[in-house]
Amino acid sequence: MSSDHARAELERTWRDPATLKGWICTLDHKAIGRRFIVTALLFFAAGGVLGGLMRHQLSEPGKTMLGPDLYNQVFSMHGTTMMFLFAVPVMQGIGLYFVPLMIGTRNTAFARMTACSYWVYLIGGLTLFTGFALNTGADAGWFAYVPLSGPEHGFGKRADFWNVLVNFTEAMGLMVAVDLTTTALKMRTPGMSLQRMPLFVWATLVSSIMIIFAMPTVMLGANLVQFDRMAGTHFFNAAEGGDVLLWQHVFWYFGHPEVYFIFIPALGFISAIIPTFARRPMFGHTAIVLSLIATGFLSFGLWVHHMYATNVPELGKSFFTAMSFMIAIPSAVQLFCWIATLWTGRVAMKSPLLFIVGFFVTLVIGGLTGIMLGSVPLDLQVHDTQFVVAHLHYVLIGGALFPLFGAVYYWFPKVYGRMLNERLGRWHFWLLFIGFNLTFFPLHVLGLDGMPRRIYTYSADSGWGPLNFLSWIGAMIDDLGLALFILNVLRTFWKGERASDNPWGAGTLEWATSSPPPPYNFERLPVVASLEPLWSPPAEGPREVVGLATNSREGLVTTVLDALPDVRYSYPSPSIWPVVAAFGVGLWLIWSIFSNKGMLIGLILPSIAFIAWYWPSQKEAAEELALEKRP
Amino acid sequence: MRREAMPASVSAVQRGNTLDVSNLPSYGFGTRSLMWWGTVGMCAIEGMAFGFMILIYFYLRSLSDTWPAGGAAPDLLWGTVNLGLILASAIPNYFADRAAIDQDLPKVRMMLVLGVLFGLALCGVRWLEFTALNVRWDDSAYGSVVWMLLGLHTFNLVTDVVDTMVLTAVMFKQPLEGKRYVDVAENAGYWTFIVVTWIPIYAVVYFGARF
Repeated sequence: MSSDHARAELERTWRDPATLKGWICTLDHKAIGRRFIVTALLFFAAGGVLGGLMRHQLSEPGKTMLGPDLYNQVFSMHGTTMMFLFAVPVMQGIGLYFVPLMIGTRNTAFARMTACSYWVYLIGGLTLFTGFALNTGADAGWFAYVPLSGPEHGFGKRADFWNVLVNFTEAMGLMVAVDLTTTALKMRTPGMSLQRMPLFVWATLVSSIMIIFAMPTVMLGANLVQFDRMAGTHFFNAAEGGDVLLWQHVFWYFGHPEVYFIFIPALGFISAIIPTFARRPMFGHTAIVLSLIATGFLSFGLWVHHMYATNVPELGKSFFTAMSFMIAIPSAVQLFCWIATLWTGRVAMKSPLLFIVGFFVTLVIGGLTGIMLGSVPLDLQVHDTQFVVAHLHYVLIGGALFPLFGAVYYWFPKVYGRMLNERLGRWHFWLLFIGFNLTFFPLHVLGLDGMPRRIYTYSADSGWGPLNFLSWIGAMIDDLGLALFILNVLRTFWKGERASDNPWGAGTLEWATSSPPPPYNFERLPVVASLEPLWSPPAEGPREVVGLATNSREGLVTTVLDALPDVRYSYPSPSIWPVVAAFGVGLWLIWSIFSNKGMLIGLILPSIAFIAWYWPSQKEAAEELALEKRP
Repeated sequence: MRREAMPASVSAVQRGNTLDVSNLPSYGFGTRSLMWWGTVGMCAIEGMAFGFMILIYFYLRSLSDTWPAGGAAPDLLWGTVNLGLILASAIPNYFADRAAIDQDLPKVRMMLVLGVLFGLALCGVRWLEFTALNVRWDDSAYGSVVWMLLGLHTFNLVTDVVDTMVLTAVMFKQPLEGKRYVDVAENAGYWTFIVVTWIPIYAVVYFGARF
């Protein structure tokens, strides 16, 4: 079969029909990943507007733009949006897009589940914002402490919307995590043993496994609060033997790893970008892999450092202090490996790398205040002050947002086939960097000066006015930087320079296919023999895989450690049922906000959809039988 | 070595600078199957929820002066009957798994039907268990945590019974792809999880209030 013929047939097999149904039902990991990223960025914009409103409200003493009640909703919605609707989904979206390309396969393992998870996510986010528009926005902070969110003090349906959002986003997160874990372990192209797996895939694997062990607890916890509110249970009611601190344990057991499964994919971006722009393989590859795994483990032992101001035993607090200090070690190991790589490479300072340098500076500051907060006496001094707000923005914006923008500049040409403008990228970086530091550095000082977080205003004689004003100026500069980014993206769609397959001269497999990649990713799956297959292709032996069907969606499953070819795999074909199931889940969860009956009867619709999703069609069965070989 | 863990009898063939995989099987059992990994992920997620619920039980118990608060411990009868039933259900479940690996359709069908019958019986007895807890979910935190533990396991039990019914129907359909045998094996794996998790949950629900 000629190569052109094979390509045409693959195209017919893998391309979705150009209809609305084709668009909705797509199983292409690239389309779904793109959807995740774009939706998450829109939620980021919404969360950013809420953040801007707070900075404006606090820019001078005694402002009355937001009242205390609305302010509560605004800061709770801001945190909830950024953590649940932006940071986690955007990282998973990038994983969905790039993991299959980086490991040389055609799609993720459970494409229908991922398709379903996107709609679950979207419906959940829109539900939360619909509540907010109707004056029913979450108002007990992004960690929704009881008793504030409990049946006695949680006003109206606000806390219910938050609890249900957690169900939506964690269901989404878990589905994607299982998909990405299986994909990374079982679908690597022949030759890509674990030792040759790219660092970004490692980061995605570690964070996905963390999600599997962290997210179920917050989902469980949110439902316990919901049962307290709706069904009269007493999990958090001290009068009947319940306990409010229980919620803090359940939440932070998830909440602290959550910070790390936002941060670890970002470390993966950095490890993808640095070798490309240093023009050399990563220094200390194995040390970085071990550090990622160590960070994943240690991050489960930190949660009580969010609870130093409660009555947990002092000895317990010392353990968590030690763990909080210890986690700095693997982060530092990675930092030194990156520095060594840059030091010994031939550095090309393009915009992706610029954002990574921004990360270095910002994260180190955030890490230093983290060590301060990790010790009990210092934490007690600044607990619930603006100092904490400064710290968490330094680690999250420094640790995740800067690398994320680096990743956007780095991978945009692969996704859209056009280069983002370099000059606008540099302006974007500098405005964001200066604006960010101007916004958040003063909050350290304000916190040390005693300004609490989560207050809607303050009096003039507190003396907090000037620094808050400076912070507001910083936020405006940030906005300008982000506006330039949007301008850059729009301009690139209109007249951006066309990108070649590998515009940066990188070494990993996503650059081995066209920009943007075809629906089937690779005409023939590549065989690899090194960490950077594009820099050092196999000197001898096979270079590509043949024998997979082109007239049917077929891929390859390999062994976990050595990636030896093991089983051919029939990918599922597009179906409307995962989408129906997502809407069924949405209906059920929204109904459960208002009615206990809904909690039970509402289950019927998604159940039917799940069964229909599984039910084999005659056509598919016949197609599979034609290719079938018994093991 | 378990049969499904054995490496493929055929392997990819090198032809010049290509690797021909057309001889490889189109499905495999155990860790060779993607479904196995999905099922393990599902068990990890549910297992975390069960584990945390048990932790919450003992956390609340440690804070309480009287446990069970103001009532009697659950009656042992129905829970213990269910323990016996669920352990017995592991037998047809084991043979369903074996028959699936052997691709023995009549035996698969028989064991699945048996599994469904066991599942329905378990659901029925579970209903009786809820009536014998001697506490309502809204009586106290003790009542809440006991109902939640039992409820969480019931949710998984009912889900897998429904799954098994659907799978049984699929196994009576034609044409039948070979990979459906993998589904049977994985369904058996998930049922094992339901069986194994019932042992600690049974112990906590029925004896956590006694000792």
